[in-house]
Amino acid sequence: MNANASIKVQSAQRSVGVTQAMVAVFLRDVRVAFRQKQDLLNPLLFFTMVVTLFPLGVSPEVAFLKQSGAGILWVAALLSVLLSLDHLFRHDFDDGTLEQLMLQPQPLFLLVLAKTLAHWMLTGLPLVLLTPVLGLMLHLDGNSVATLCLTLLIGTPVLSLIGSIGAALTLGLRSAGVLLSLLIIPLYIPVLIFGTGTVAAAVEGAQVSGYLALMGAFLVLALTLAPFASAAALRISLSNS
Amino acid sequence: MWQFFHKLGSPKWFFGIANRFMPWLLAGGLILLVAGLVWGLAFAPKDYLQGNSYRIIFIHVPSAFLAQSIYIMMASAAVVTLVWRMKLADVFVKSVAPVGLMFTFLALFTGAVWGKPTWGTWWVWDARLTSMLILLFLYGGVIALDRSINDEKSAARAVAVLVLVGVVNIPIIKYSVNWWNTLHQPATFKLTEKPAMAMEMWVPLLLSVLGLYLLFGWLACLRMKTEILVRERRTRWVKDLVLAGRK
Amino acid sequence: MAFDSFSAFLTMEGHGPYVWTCYAVFVILLAGTVFWSAKRHQATYRMCKRSYEQQNPKGQTAPKAAATFTRVEISQD
Repeated sequence: MNANASIKVQSAQRSVGVTQAMVAVFLRDVRVAFRQKQDLLNPLLFFTMVVTLFPLGVSPEVAFLKQSGAGILWVAALLSVLLSLDHLFRHDFDDGTLEQLMLQPQPLFLLVLAKTLAHWMLTGLPLVLLTPVLGLMLHLDGNSVATLCLTLLIGTPVLSLIGSIGAALTLGLRSAGVLLSLLIIPLYIPVLIFGTGTVAAAVEGAQVSGYLALMGAFLVLALTLAPFASAAALRISLSNS
Repeated sequence: MWQFFHKLGSPKWFFGIANRFMPWLLAGGLILLVAGLVWGLAFAPKDYLQGNSYRIIFIHVPSAFLAQSIYIMMASAAVVTLVWRMKLADVFVKSVAPVGLMFTFLALFTGAVWGKPTWGTWWVWDARLTSMLILLFLYGGVIALDRSINDEKSAARAVAVLVLVGVVNIPIIKYSVNWWNTLHQPATFKLTEKPAMAMEMWVPLLLSVLGLYLLFGWLACLRMKTEILVRERRTRWVKDLVLAGRK
Repeated sequence: MAFDSFSAFLTMEGHGPYVWTCYAVFVILLAGTVFWSAKRHQATYRMCKRSYEQQNPKGQTAPKAAATFTRVEISQD
């Protein structure tokens, strides 16, 4: 099925357009993901389970959950994205699709960007959609759930983008998963701080548009810089093997 | 200019230069460091606010300085690795990263011990301490990545990419941690802002900072020489050098 | 001298344990790194030397073989 999809990529490339190639890569990743539905479900299950651990492990009291619910959800979302990053390039690396992508006339960083966006749509977006339910279970009120979803909506693409650099760097290495977490978690800290900080500000009744604008700035920065870094890292990793 | 630049990249040339400068770096570094520390420990007047515990500053500040500037130096070397593929640059990054990790740990450790008598606790989620901790993680990531890629060339370039990504992130991390800190911490803990320093405290601090920098230079040269020996052991010049008994 | 006696210097008005722990850890770690790096340099140097001497044994430097072997040279390049 991968071969079938990559033929589609190649036929799309013959009609030259960069946007077309990006769309083709994006659609292919989505299609491949929907044929392996378990990979789509795993991050969501993981997300729910991590969130469940906190009331069980720390305290089921409403006051505690109200106060730390946003932080718990953010940390859980961050970990689920981290967990799913290993798949971002792994299958394509194993079956050689990645090398084909690299040989395309279109700039690699744009194709990587398309892949990363597909990854976000398949993991980050479902997490955001699941958040209101879990938010209710953690006794968050409507206002903070809304802000939380908004911050996750802006924040999870940043997580995918930064994560793509780590996934590209650790491609084909032994124990890549652990290494990936080591490399990427420090880089996730600003997003986490602002994500949870925005919700905290919303709970206190402060104006959050400034914080959201700042998170938007993170997103723009990540969108412009991360694809270059991951494309460079991919070239290095592939020349290695 | 370009000739000099090319020379700079040649491991052989570096070996000669390093051998010439290393004794001076070691001697100068040790003298300045010992002078600074002895002065700071025994002769500098005690601080009217913190008492004698402030004497930790003479090792805390130099360690923190080095921890941060080593990362900056590594980032500059990473640019050179990626743009000019200069061998010496990635030798530098590889040999110096563990030293940077050590200084970051020292800065954190001395900061924590200093915190006990001044703040009353070992650890405060203070902005500076937290960003230092994150710097420690960044160093750890760089070393871990370097260790897990077998091929020397791709290890060098992958590490260079990671270091650069990290250096872009450092200001963002610092800023966000500061922001987070003002959000969560009561302002009473802000003892990191020191009053203007007396001359008798400032001079020994300067001495120990300079001394530690020189000592780091020596250490970097030594570790780079080791790395060059390993990498270039099949070349003629290393063979001649080793058989001639020059270290 | 900022202290009246040597014992005052050691106790530092109660802050001695903190200050001295810091300085001890600093010295141990720094000296350890220096020592370990120097040791590793020595070891690498010796390893190189040994491998060169094995490559072209020059009478006195090469160890005498206790028994006769046929050496098979395999090129590393």
